[in-house]
Amino acid sequence: MQDVDKIVNGQKLFLKDEYQTSLAAKKEFESAMGAINPAKVDEVQEWTKSWDYREKNLAREAITVNPAKACQPLGAIMAALGFENTMPYVHGSHGCVAYFRSYFTRHFKEPTPCVSDSMSESAAVFGGLANMKDGLRNCNAMYKPEHIAVSTTCMAEVIGDDLNAFVVGAREEAEGELDDLPITYAHTPSFVGSHITGYDNMMKAMLEQLNPPKSERVVDEGRINIIPGFEPYLGSLAEVKEIAAEFSDKIVMIGDHEEQWNTGAGDYKLYAGGTPMDVAKTAINAETTISLQKYSTVQTAKTIKNKWKQGYETCNPIGLAGTDEFVMKLSELTGKEVSEKLKTERAQLVDAMQDSYPYMHGKKIAIYGDPDFLLGMVSFLVEMGAIPTHVLCNNAPRKGWEKDMQEIIDKSPWAKDCQIWPAKDLWHLRSLLFTEPVDFMIGNVYGKELYRDTKTPLIRIGFPIFDRHHLHRYSMSGYKGALNLLTWITNGILDQLDEETKDIGETDYFFDAVR
Amino acid sequence: MGPETLEALQKEAIEEVLEVYPAKAAKNRAKHLGVDSPEGVKGACDKTRSNKQTVPGVMSQRGCAYAGSKGVVWGPIKDMIHISHGPIGCGQYSRGGRRNYYIGTTGVDTFVTMNFSTDFSEKDIVFGGDTKLKKALTEIDELFPLNNGISIQSECPIGLIGDDIQAVAKVHKKESSKPTIAVSCEGFRGVSQSLGHHLANDAIRDEVMTDTSARSEFESTDYDVAIIGDYNIGGDAWATRILLEEIGLRVIAQWSGDATYKEMAIAPKAKLNLLHCYRSMNYISRHMEQEFNIPWMEYNFFGPSKTTESLRKIAEFFGEEVQAKAEEVIAKYTAMTDAVIAKYKPVLEGKKVMLYVGGLRPRHVIGAYEDLGMEIIGTGYEFAHGDDYKRTKEDIERSTLIYDDVNEYELEKFVHKLKPDLVAAGVKEKYVFQKMGLPFRQMHSWDYSGPYHGYDAFAVFAKDMDLAMNSPVWNHTKAPWEKEEVGA
Repeated sequence: MQDVDKIVNGQKLFLKDEYQTSLAAKKEFESAMGAINPAKVDEVQEWTKSWDYREKNLAREAITVNPAKACQPLGAIMAALGFENTMPYVHGSHGCVAYFRSYFTRHFKEPTPCVSDSMSESAAVFGGLANMKDGLRNCNAMYKPEHIAVSTTCMAEVIGDDLNAFVVGAREEAEGELDDLPITYAHTPSFVGSHITGYDNMMKAMLEQLNPPKSERVVDEGRINIIPGFEPYLGSLAEVKEIAAEFSDKIVMIGDHEEQWNTGAGDYKLYAGGTPMDVAKTAINAETTISLQKYSTVQTAKTIKNKWKQGYETCNPIGLAGTDEFVMKLSELTGKEVSEKLKTERAQLVDAMQDSYPYMHGKKIAIYGDPDFLLGMVSFLVEMGAIPTHVLCNNAPRKGWEKDMQEIIDKSPWAKDCQIWPAKDLWHLRSLLFTEPVDFMIGNVYGKELYRDTKTPLIRIGFPIFDRHHLHRYSMSGYKGALNLLTWITNGILDQLDEETKDIGETDYFFDAVR
Repeated sequence: MGPETLEALQKEAIEEVLEVYPAKAAKNRAKHLGVDSPEGVKGACDKTRSNKQTVPGVMSQRGCAYAGSKGVVWGPIKDMIHISHGPIGCGQYSRGGRRNYYIGTTGVDTFVTMNFSTDFSEKDIVFGGDTKLKKALTEIDELFPLNNGISIQSECPIGLIGDDIQAVAKVHKKESSKPTIAVSCEGFRGVSQSLGHHLANDAIRDEVMTDTSARSEFESTDYDVAIIGDYNIGGDAWATRILLEEIGLRVIAQWSGDATYKEMAIAPKAKLNLLHCYRSMNYISRHMEQEFNIPWMEYNFFGPSKTTESLRKIAEFFGEEVQAKAEEVIAKYTAMTDAVIAKYKPVLEGKKVMLYVGGLRPRHVIGAYEDLGMEIIGTGYEFAHGDDYKRTKEDIERSTLIYDDVNEYELEKFVHKLKPDLVAAGVKEKYVFQKMGLPFRQMHSWDYSGPYHGYDAFAVFAKDMDLAMNSPVWNHTKAPWEKEEVGA
């Protein structure tokens, strides 16, 4: 029973004898093997650690188990929230939107505005036009957006709803209420690609539909657009803008969701920050657009390069080399020298890397996540002398990504010890960790179960991270961002060293006060 | 504030939120909002429109049928593997968020926190997913040999592309001799999670209740009960089980928190089904009554008043011996819960609370708050039906604003108007209200705490409410250089 002076929640309550007795007695009624024959559980558990199991596991073709990826509309919502006073509107079932909002909210610890038009059985039969007619009007009346960005769920895609016709139809019947409201739309089927594909499709659609045709393009000399991509680190957006400002005040971010998920205490604001609509509507006029996530903007790039005939560059400012490249690109495009501020930041980063390198050097790391995140992160690991032993990407693009990754890995003296695992999930990674173990894992919250099972310490960098707070507020891009990466990884390694050396009279001779 | 002014304020709040809508939506929403009180005649608890289509274009907090079936009913059954059949998103978003606790070796003999998905590509939509599903079932059996069955939880596309998952399941069941259960819980069916609960119950009825293999050798006692509709969130069912055992009953099954397939299958051997979440499992309770002649009884283990009332009602069913034990148990725990109340009531009394949860808690937790002297001034359900609102009448203690399928816009306006001291709802709402400087507790997940069922759990509940209400962090919103309060 609870001690009122020392009330404990379930974590410790269930350790009390009476609960342990009750839980043990429950086994009598259970069919789980742990209740019937625990030895069998041990036997199978051991088998899951074997090479035999690994081979069978890697041969899987139909069932995906614990992947590190989500579906298209999630990315579309992030893209939409990068624009000022924009309401993401999902044409489809509201259950999906409840999931998207919860998912972002658990990561950012912030509200996530997004509506749906609640399609259901009747819409499945007759199409979702009626839902869209009511939905756009209601959304406009209640949330007074300056722009609505429509994406779709797989239901609307399977029944083949025609978004263009629906938006036109909804406007016509809205008694003028929607006349001046930009409504952009993108098809974002969940059964194609992943959340980064959805980001790409929505971004492309918004840019194409908000901007005039190429014939009306008036080049705005010196203007550069930066598209951040599906970026869960809000500090990265801030730092990229800060770096850009060192070169020109005509560099603008297209799709800037930094403030939306980082509002202060006070009154709740539905919309916060974002690329202003007049900036979005003139994106076509820029001289050049730089994408910071090549593989999250594959389709968007086509619009910029082929339709707009704009300069298009990709940079990945994660780690030292990635940031150097970004900085030099900005210098080249603006004709301006690298500023003293950036030179100092770079020098400080390199100094810190040289201070901490012994701990990362030679460490075997398994890392998983989105394609562009991995390109930047692996580059940084190689710069530090760590060994990216397993690089796993469930949503790896078929074209180009593996080659890009191999080129980065080839810079490592241990390149031959590194393996790239496209289209693999975290249950595959479990087998890899048992058969070819590493020292550390880097990735999102879903690595937690792998930590429990394999004891490989997890350093949390990625998306989503539900079980640690505020990491998303920091930058992982730019020189200062790389310093954050260095700090997180080095201290993660040192925490583990303390963990391994803390046994009194056994290992604590290495439990050093100075490192 | 007296009850009369409270009622007037609540009615005014409704009028104000309706002003923003276009006429059609205003007409619709008006039927979902109302005010009722214990003395009220034909008030909102009798009249509120519920379980209807959500108005398109709003930020509803509702989920879907898949969430009701996979997320709520089937997902917690620990020794089965539940396939999210279709595109990747649904399985990913519903992974590990509900805190359905269980004991087991995850990935070996239990699988609750994992995401098994057929991860559809365009090819599967065009050519159908049955072949992939068949292969997925075989791969699961090879790699997870200790699974005691597989359920197939349909996502939206399945019902639209003409797949025959029932046929695939039937073949696999025959080949593997393990339960293989297909549920057509596509997210577009129905208007909320609720239809998913029903469809999940129907699948239990058709596939599990008809499996007599475990039942045939099971030896019953006169004191066997099954816990129905407790998903063991934060360990709720464990905190319930121990009390039932202490009064002399034998809990033969937990549905479905920390459940195993066998517990699902032997439930018809119970003498009484104890139903906590009426909304999600009344269907199967009624079925067991009709088919196996097992009576069912609703109970409420939130807060000591309701727990004691429920224990007495349950004990009465089993007769004097159990009743005598129940009184001993009640006396033993009441001493503790009285001390909890003595400790926390002084700092919580008179605080006003607004609730918005799923299908049970908007009425069931009222007693626990009232035990602490806290006052519920507004409550509503995401996916309740008329019978839930009728039952709510018995639990409200004063003039209460009732809101069905309330959307974020409305809830925000209601909170601004009624100025509660605490809002208790879901994660999507949490940070909206915290930003206003309002204490908030998640009442789906117990905000990463719990359990909240039973006497021991009430101590946790009281401590958590004190934590929420009386943290110094709420005092910092206003900067020292500001003259007027921010967010008031």
